[in-house]
Amino acid sequence: MFAPVYLDHNATTPLDSQVREAMLPYLGARFGNASSRHEYGRHARAAIDTARAQVASVLGAHPTEVVFTSGGSEANNLFLKGAAAMLKPGRVAVSAIEHPCVRESARRLVKQGWAFDEIGVDAQGLIDATDFAEKLSAKPQLVSIMLANNETGVLQEIESLAAMARAQGARIHTDAVQALGKVPVDFRALGVNALTVSAHKIYGPIGVGALVVDKRVELAPLIDGGGQERGLRSGTENLAAIVGFGLACELAESRRVADASRLVQLKERLEQGLGGLGATIFSSGAARLAGTSFFAFAGVDGETLVGKLDRAGFACASGSACSSANPEPSKTLLAMGVAPELARGAIRVSVGRATTMDEVDRFVGALSEELNTLRGLTAMAN
Amino acid sequence: MLKFPIYLDYSATTPIDPRVVEAMIPYLSEHFGNPASRSHAYGWEAEKAVELARADVAALVNADPKEIVWTSGATESDNLAIKGAAQFYQSKGKHIITLKTEHKAVLDTCRELERQGFEVTYLDVQEDGLLNLDAFRAALRDDTTVVSVMMVNNEVGVVQPIEEIGEICRERGIIFHVDAAQATGKVEIDLQKLKVDLMSFSAHKTYGPKGIGALYVRRKPRVRLIAQMHGGGHERGMRSGTLAAHQIVGMGVAFRLAREEMATENVRIGLLRDKLMNGLTDIEATYVNGDITHRVPHNLNISFAYVEGESLIMAIKDVAVSSGSACTSASLEPSYVLRALGRNDELAHSSIRFSIGRFTTEEEVDYTIDLLHRKISKLRELSPLWEMVQEGVDLNTVQWAAH
Repeated sequence: MFAPVYLDHNATTPLDSQVREAMLPYLGARFGNASSRHEYGRHARAAIDTARAQVASVLGAHPTEVVFTSGGSEANNLFLKGAAAMLKPGRVAVSAIEHPCVRESARRLVKQGWAFDEIGVDAQGLIDATDFAEKLSAKPQLVSIMLANNETGVLQEIESLAAMARAQGARIHTDAVQALGKVPVDFRALGVNALTVSAHKIYGPIGVGALVVDKRVELAPLIDGGGQERGLRSGTENLAAIVGFGLACELAESRRVADASRLVQLKERLEQGLGGLGATIFSSGAARLAGTSFFAFAGVDGETLVGKLDRAGFACASGSACSSANPEPSKTLLAMGVAPELARGAIRVSVGRATTMDEVDRFVGALSEELNTLRGLTAMAN
Repeated sequence: MLKFPIYLDYSATTPIDPRVVEAMIPYLSEHFGNPASRSHAYGWEAEKAVELARADVAALVNADPKEIVWTSGATESDNLAIKGAAQFYQSKGKHIITLKTEHKAVLDTCRELERQGFEVTYLDVQEDGLLNLDAFRAALRDDTTVVSVMMVNNEVGVVQPIEEIGEICRERGIIFHVDAAQATGKVEIDLQKLKVDLMSFSAHKTYGPKGIGALYVRRKPRVRLIAQMHGGGHERGMRSGTLAAHQIVGMGVAFRLAREEMATENVRIGLLRDKLMNGLTDIEATYVNGDITHRVPHNLNISFAYVEGESLIMAIKDVAVSSGSACTSASLEPSYVLRALGRNDELAHSSIRFSIGRFTTEEEVDYTIDLLHRKISKLRELSPLWEMVQEGVDLNTVQWAAH
């Protein structure tokens, strides 16, 4: 079987085999509906309680602060729309490099009379302090800034940003989907009112995530019905996925330090190679996630290069997965002031738990070959 | 060999068919890609599986695959359909019609729309649980934009006259939503024939996994919705969020099996249900809730008079059944569905929903009949009311002392 080298862990991660084993009984004999009062239902309820405690413990939150959702997108929608629904229309501010589910949820609020602000970033992708102070002075009720960016991997100083936002009376949320398992994510230490996590970015199953939210934030549900998740998210719980999520969180935390040190080595080797090939590595001057490299070669189209790399047996991304259908250059890069021509060349390589040094070396070799071919063609055309 | 407790709660959730689990496993292993990844084989592999499943779901209800939108389940589908349509068409009117016996996912969605300034009519049903079409016509107004009626009721299993309601709605240009969570694999659904605009589906009521469902959104004539979940623009902008390929594959296979096997399976299940019904109505003072002819073969809902509901549930712990709808059974309110059918609180409390399915055996049905006979006569032996009834006292004439 042809199995390309997987270098797209920020899009989704392979399911950990231990997590899969933990899920299987819940796809088999332990199939009950957690709302049922008989034995099948009680077993399901107990499994969900355990998973909730696991997620809460890893994130330093109380189990009652964990709301399970169908994933990160829903959790981000739930915070922005759900909190807004309980407030009089005011201002919402999100960073210019948010995932579309944060940006679009916030922009939707404009229709309900909210003012929408985008907080600018500097050339490294870090929140621009002056712009942030200015946007805060307009007293937004809701602020959302992602902990780690899905494309560049840049890490924001959420603790201090959150403290400033709270001092101005804002409810602050952070999308920690890409950060979990790679850097410490502690709800209390971050000082945010809410944060979003997702299972499939931490070797758990696709289809489950959570919003962790403190009691200072009143939320209206997005999905009404049977009143599951303390009325904040109705619908029969996705039992097997929730069980998998609980374990994936525990594994992510227990392996975090070891994983991160390995990923850093892989990334350094990769970026050494990239440097030799003349790549521009985005956000290279800022603290970034261990496994993420976002880069471009001047004059080389990213889509084309990624297509060639795929045929050579390497799976990576030319933009963030969710907007891959969209040929526009990365909004994150444009917000950083990267020229659109260079941004069109962007390629994202995200290594993971199973990636080896040998794979990284082979990738750099393949990249070098493809670049030579492409540059040769360009030279010929000129 | 009987395995206890005997599962007779298929309407709450079904076991996943082993053939479905088998099909899901590769997508929990080597085929782990994000279907939205457009730049490599992992993504394409997942996307291909998602599209095959979409075709299987569409085929069960004779729809076009392009009319199927994935969601996290029927509750989300109901929310998306009703809120999405009501909000999109609100310049035409703000009146919605639904039934008092709908699932909470529909009723609570309508309550939320009332908070948003919409007006909702909650129609009564007849004593047999069915909607009276004259009452329905009378409730229609010029500003009615959305009608939501479930195909199969989750508690009593009755099948509403969807075809007739669809004709009436289409004639007046009203968007018609149908919650079919309890209908797939149980009754034939032909969306070329039915004039339904939006239809909600769930996988876990049809031997598929939890956490996945779909909404049918008609293309001809085209139905428009306001999305409720924003983000990466998945599902043609109607529902953002990474698609869970393993769950979608599971739903596809579950719906394919339903299409292939429902004709023979429902005959077998119908025979078992009838056996259960005959066995239980042998007991004195029992009442079947809901019409028996316009009903799925899987459901039997019976009230046992002169026994106390909680004691009954405790007494029959060997069978896993529901005393109300799964989603509301945490509260001890009498079932609002049975109340809407005109049952008093006592009878509603002492009613049991038996829902049987693919893996139910005749031996299990026999055991259940015997168990109920034994336990109910035991409970009634302890009941002073039952004693009075046996002595010929008409309880309605008794003057009860106030406390």
